[in-house]
Amino acid sequence: MNRSKDGYKKLQTGWKILSILLLVYTCTAGLLMEVPRLSIVNESIRALYFHVPMWFGMVFLFFMSAFNAIRYLRNGSAFYDILSREFATTGVVYGALGIVTGMIWANYTWGSPWHGDPKQNGAAVALLVYLAYFILRGSLSNDEQSARLGAVYNLFAFAAMIPLIFILPRMADSMHPGSGGNPGFNMYDLDNRMRMVFYPAVLGWILFGLWITDLRIRIKRLTINS
Amino acid sequence: MKKLLTFIWLILLNPKVGFSQTVEMADTMRSEGKIYVLVAIILVIFSGLALYLFRLDQKISRLEKGQE
Repeated sequence: MNRSKDGYKKLQTGWKILSILLLVYTCTAGLLMEVPRLSIVNESIRALYFHVPMWFGMVFLFFMSAFNAIRYLRNGSAFYDILSREFATTGVVYGALGIVTGMIWANYTWGSPWHGDPKQNGAAVALLVYLAYFILRGSLSNDEQSARLGAVYNLFAFAAMIPLIFILPRMADSMHPGSGGNPGFNMYDLDNRMRMVFYPAVLGWILFGLWITDLRIRIKRLTINS
Repeated sequence: MKKLLTFIWLILLNPKVGFSQTVEMADTMRSEGKIYVLVAIILVIFSGLALYLFRLDQKISRLEKGQE
């Protein structure tokens, strides 16, 4: 393949095209296909195809970031540090989009944009933990120090995000589906109508995030090598 | 008559029929075909951005070639 000196393998064009096709399908089928008729959420249930994939994408990107942080700590190559940092950047963008879309959705279904919902709070705290990662990195002028501390902190941030988003909200009464005795969408989409759009949407948005990260990594490499 | 009433009652009890009558969805908008306007607008914006990202990708590839 087109591997370069540092071993970076560019995202292949096929994945980019697949991402575009899946997202075109999401935008079309997501608006046109039948959805369960539920009171309160009504048509806004379609936000599931756009709001939730942001979180799936964010978790995937943060996972890749933590994975590359481990790789950096193991062999100390600055290249893995670049990967780790750029994955975290795109992850934060996805998370911010998830928070904002969630607030719009909550405003119309729960009654207010910030409802003090455990999952909402947990997601906000997780994002703040990741924002601190960039502050930490920016505050260190020594590149190697910044990379090493950043990698260690990155692992802490990932370890903090998992309970904040996946475990704690399920132990409390969250308004989010699937938490605290809330049956969630699973009960209604058993007919697979929504899954047919939802899973492609998740994959499409994840690939889209990978693509953007790929571009960021390549730009970073250009600025470093020149 | 009694049988007919039972029949109608059973139909109304059917959760699917009951739901579609009580829960308000954007049925009018769909029947008027305006939903396609929305789909078209979203698709134009998304394909525009996707195309833009592809061009950006090509530009970076050219820079990478120049550096080697």
